[in-house]
Amino acid sequence: MIKIANVSKHYGDFNVLKDCSTTVSKGEVIVVCGPSGSGKSTLIKCVNGLEPFQSGEIIVNGISVGDPKTNLSKLRSHVGMVFQNFELFPHMSITQNLAIAQVKVLGRKQDEAIDKGLKLLDRVGLKAHAHKFPGQLSGGQQQRVAIARALAMDPICMLFDEPTSALDPEMVNEVLDVMTELAQEGMTMMCVTHEMGFARRVADRVIFMDQGAIVEDDSKEAFFANPRSERAQQFLAKILHH
Amino acid sequence: MGYQWNWGVFAQPSATGDDTYFGWMLAGFKMTIGLSLSAWVIALLLGALVGVLRTVPNRVLAGIATAYVELFRNIPLLVQLFIWYFVLPELLPASIGDVYKQSNPVLQQFLASMVCLGLFTSARVAEQVRSGINSLPRGQKNAGLALGFTLPQTYRFVMLPMAFRLVVPPLTSEFLNIFKNSAVCSTIGLLELAAQGRQLVDYTAQPYESFIAVTLAYILINVTVMTLMHKFEKRIAVPGYIGGK
Ligand SMILES: Nc1ncnc2c1ncn2[C@@H]1O[C@H](COP(=O)(O)OP(=O)(O)O)[C@@H](O)[C@H]1O
Ligand SMILES: [Mg+2]
Repeated sequence: MIKIANVSKHYGDFNVLKDCSTTVSKGEVIVVCGPSGSGKSTLIKCVNGLEPFQSGEIIVNGISVGDPKTNLSKLRSHVGMVFQNFELFPHMSITQNLAIAQVKVLGRKQDEAIDKGLKLLDRVGLKAHAHKFPGQLSGGQQQRVAIARALAMDPICMLFDEPTSALDPEMVNEVLDVMTELAQEGMTMMCVTHEMGFARRVADRVIFMDQGAIVEDDSKEAFFANPRSERAQQFLAKILHH
Repeated sequence: MGYQWNWGVFAQPSATGDDTYFGWMLAGFKMTIGLSLSAWVIALLLGALVGVLRTVPNRVLAGIATAYVELFRNIPLLVQLFIWYFVLPELLPASIGDVYKQSNPVLQQFLASMVCLGLFTSARVAEQVRSGINSLPRGQKNAGLALGFTLPQTYRFVMLPMAFRLVVPPLTSEFLNIFKNSAVCSTIGLLELAAQGRQLVDYTAQPYESFIAVTLAYILINVTVMTLMHKFEKRIAVPGYIGGK
């Protein structure tokens, strides 16, 4: 489904991604973790072409992301993405947030799009909030709407960039629950997160990044039982400590 | 000194006999309003376009937009007005230039003033629009693109509606400025509010009444614009948005 092969990226002299390679098969759930600044967000944004990269290749569902001839908008419309800061559109009601891209990008009819949006809103437990605006919801609620908004596009896979790190602790679980359910239904997911409980529950593989490189890429069992690199061991010790 | 106040002067028939002095003031007032509003339409349309172009990834377009802003913002308004009014008609091809120069002189003054004020203000509007767009959270653009919107769609549906709300307060002050700046156009003979005030002084020797009337008229414009823009701001406020009201 997603193939990342020898991807490197520079900002001037700074090497953000160093020869990164991995694959995500259909139905797989991959958790990407690593210290802040290690390039996790950059890598995941390369997958849907939000960040360009200088060398290597990324293939999503048979389409090359780096190819200048690729219609990136079309590709992105099938790849859901959820951001750390939710990024709902503040000037639109929740219903409009859910419907607009279905209408403007996929060409669905307005009422069809609203129907679909409301169904998904119900699924994330927020049906009663359809008429509200993003600023009137809590962070956890906004993030669940953001997930519903991405799902409304019928994505073939979902990318998550630290979806719970901007949330107050008591709201983390409501978002993780939605993600867990999604994973169990067989969605292909690439999740940047430090929620190791979530990784343990649903991940198939865990990728550990450090200084722009993929240092570990292992089954979750192997990763948690015995991380090979010292950096990953230190990182796990720190993060599992609390 | 014994100044003779005479507020009745406005009711007197004017020196040219076809109107009262109040009629002169009213004509100037209408001219100021008409000129400023039509220039404002130009400033808003062009300013929004140029401001947006300054933020696009295309270097050539962004460069042209930057040059535009620097050009119109850095040449004094008075100089620009003289260029539009005195210099430009000479540079037109003779056929067009002659038609223009034989047209109604008031129309010539009005057109030159409108274009001049409009373009001058558009550069200032462009700067506000640009800073509004740049002050949006960076993730908004990515969120739009990630949903499959093209870049123009992302501007249209995601970035501009919020940027527009952010720039309404600074645009209010540009809107007020355009009324004030329109007084400069009296230098090419356009009989707007300030020019009518001066003319009244010349004809009636009642400078205080004249300039008090002019001042009140500008204050009236000011208060009206502020009230309307404030109402407008409230109407477009986003429920629950921090920074919104
Ligand atoms: N636009 C940019 N220009 C220069 N450096 C950047 C830019 N964006 C990110 N970086 C750098 O790239 C590195 C990786 O960033 P990021 O992918 O956001 O890391 P992570 O998500 O793992 O915390 C960081 O050191 C960051 O400072
Ligand atoms: Mg990050």
